[in-house]
Amino acid sequence: MSHPSALRIFLKTVVARAYPRFVSSYRNKTWIITETLLPLIGTIAIIYVYKALHAPSRYLGFVVLGGVLLAFWQNVIWAMATNFFWDRAAGNLEVFAMAPTSMAAILVGMALGGAYVSGTRAAFILIVTSILFGVTYTAAGILPAVGVFLLTLAALYCLGMMLASLFLFYSREAWHLADAMQEPIYFLSGFYFPVRSLGAFLAGAGSLIPLTLGLDAMRQFVLPGTPAFIPAAWEVLALVGQTLLYGVLSQVALRYLEQRARHDARLMLRSS
Amino acid sequence: MDIAVETRALRRVYRSRSQEVVALDGIDLKVMRGQRYGVLGPNGAGKTTMIKILVTLLLPSSGEAYVDGLDVVHQFRELRHRIAMVSGGETVGFGMLKVKEQLWMFSQFYGMPSGAARRRIDELLERLGLTEAADRLVSALSSGMRQKMNLIRGLMTDPRILFLDEPTVALDVGAARDVRDEVRRWMAEDPTRTVILTTHYMMEADELCDRVAIVNRGRIVAEGTPAELKQQVQQNAIVDLQLSPGNRLLDALRAVEGVVAASVMEQDGTDRFSLQLSSDAALGGVMRIVEMSGRQIRGVQKREPTLEDAFVKLVGRGMAEEEQE
Repeated sequence: MSHPSALRIFLKTVVARAYPRFVSSYRNKTWIITETLLPLIGTIAIIYVYKALHAPSRYLGFVVLGGVLLAFWQNVIWAMATNFFWDRAAGNLEVFAMAPTSMAAILVGMALGGAYVSGTRAAFILIVTSILFGVTYTAAGILPAVGVFLLTLAALYCLGMMLASLFLFYSREAWHLADAMQEPIYFLSGFYFPVRSLGAFLAGAGSLIPLTLGLDAMRQFVLPGTPAFIPAAWEVLALVGQTLLYGVLSQVALRYLEQRARHDARLMLRSS
Repeated sequence: MDIAVETRALRRVYRSRSQEVVALDGIDLKVMRGQRYGVLGPNGAGKTTMIKILVTLLLPSSGEAYVDGLDVVHQFRELRHRIAMVSGGETVGFGMLKVKEQLWMFSQFYGMPSGAARRRIDELLERLGLTEAADRLVSALSSGMRQKMNLIRGLMTDPRILFLDEPTVALDVGAARDVRDEVRRWMAEDPTRTVILTTHYMMEADELCDRVAIVNRGRIVAEGTPAELKQQVQQNAIVDLQLSPGNRLLDALRAVEGVVAASVMEQDGTDRFSLQLSSDAALGGVMRIVEMSGRQIRGVQKREPTLEDAFVKLVGRGMAEEEQE
C-alpha cells in the first residue's frame, strides 16, 4: 500500500501545525500589546539604568540585543517546551500521536508559528529602541551577527524540542522548575550585561543555554570594544556543537517519549 | 472475507504504586473486513483500552493484536497510515480555527495533497450538513456539530479501518442519528471498509452493528449478531415494571421463582425494573413481592427482548449497576 513519503508528511505537518498559531495572531490581536509594547517597556527600563550611570552607548546596544533574543527564549520555553503539555490537556496529543507524522514535525511547526510573533516582537524592540536611544551598530558585523543569530535560534529550538519531552514527563514539576529558573537564566545568559562579568565558572555554566554564547558573539560582531567572554569564533563553533547535541538529544527524547507513552497511558492520553 | 482485526489473549494491566487494575483480561476477537463491529459494555469494561491498543496508542501487557494484518506493537508506523479513530466528546483541535481550516490541518498530518484534502472536506461537510458551518470558528460549534466535524476528521483520510469510541455520547437524538447514518453510508461506498465501534448504548449497537461483542470487566462474555445475542433471551418473557420509589426490591425480585434475571434503572422519579421470566406464570410471584413492598405500580408492559436483556442475562446485572461498581 503506497502512501506519502516521511519527508513529505514532515514538511506538510510543519506548515499545518504552524498555521493555527499564525492565524490566531491575526484573529486575536491582543498580542500586539502584550508581545511588543510591554516587553519594550521592560527593555527601555534597563536602558535607562545604563543611561543614568552614563555608560557608553554600546552598553545600550547590549540591552537591545538582549531584548531581541529574550523574545525567542520565551517562545521556546513557554510555547514550544510546554506545547505537548497543553496539547495533552486538550486531547490533541493522542490524535497527533496516532497520525503517521512525527512529533518533531509538530514541534517544529509550533515553533515556526510562534516565531512569527517572536520575530515581530524582536524587530519592534530592535528598531524602536535603536532609533529612540541612537544605538549604532558596526555595518561590517551585521551579516555575521545575523548568521550567529540564526545559528543561536537553531540551537535554541533544538533545546526547546528536548525540553518539550521533559515537560511532558515531569508535568507540573517541570513547569514550576522552568518558572523558578526564569530569573537565574536571564541572569546567567547576560541578557542585559556582558556575561564575562560573571567570571569563567558562572559564565561557562550559563553557556549551556545557547543564548549566552549567541548573545556574546553577536555583541562582539556589531558592538566592538565591549568585553567578550571568549572569542566569537569559538562561540560559533560551540553553537554548532550545541545545535548538533541538542538536535540529537531531542530526537532521542522524542523517541523515548513515544515508546514510554505506549506503556504509560497517562503520558499522552488525556484520560484513561 | 479476510480478517480486519484480530486479538489473541489480549491483556492490559494498569499499575500504580498502590494498585493494579486489569483493564483487559484475555480478549480474543476476530473482526472480518467489511463488518460494522460493536464492542458493547458498561463504562469501565475495558472497551476504550482495547481501542487504544488497536490504534497503536497503548501497548498490551501481554497477548497479540493485528489490525489490517499488521502487528500493533511492532508495525505501528505503517499501521497509522491505514486507520483513524474518533472519540465521543472530543475537544481536539484549536478553537481559533475555522472548521475547514482545522480539518485541513489534520489532513496534512497524513500527507494529503491540499487540493484533494479540501475537495474531500467540502464533500464530507455537505454530506453531514455542515457546509454552512465551514467558515465558523471551531469554538463556536455546538457539541453535535463538533462531533460531526470530528467524524469528518476520521473519514477524510479514507482509512481502511475506522475506530469509533462512543461516537454519539452526549449527543442529541438528531445528531446521533446523523452520525450513525454517515457511518452506514461510508461503509456502503466500499465493502472492504471496516468500522469498530464501542458503545454503551444498546440501541446503537443493535441498530448499527453486524456483529457485537459484549465486554464486561475486561472479558468478552458473548459474541454474535444482535439477533443471535437476543436469541439467548428469546425463550423468556420480558416484562417492564414501573414502580414508585421505595425500599430496595431488586434482590427480592431476583429471588422469585421463575425470574431469570432482573435489573433496575431510576428514571424521572420512577424505578423501571426489567424482568426476564421463564414463563408468564412467574409474574404472579413478582406482583406479590411488589404488593408486600407497598410500592405503587405505575406501569406493566410485556415487550420484545433487546441487547440490554441479553447483557443482564449474561452478566447477571444491568449496565447501570455494573457502572456503579
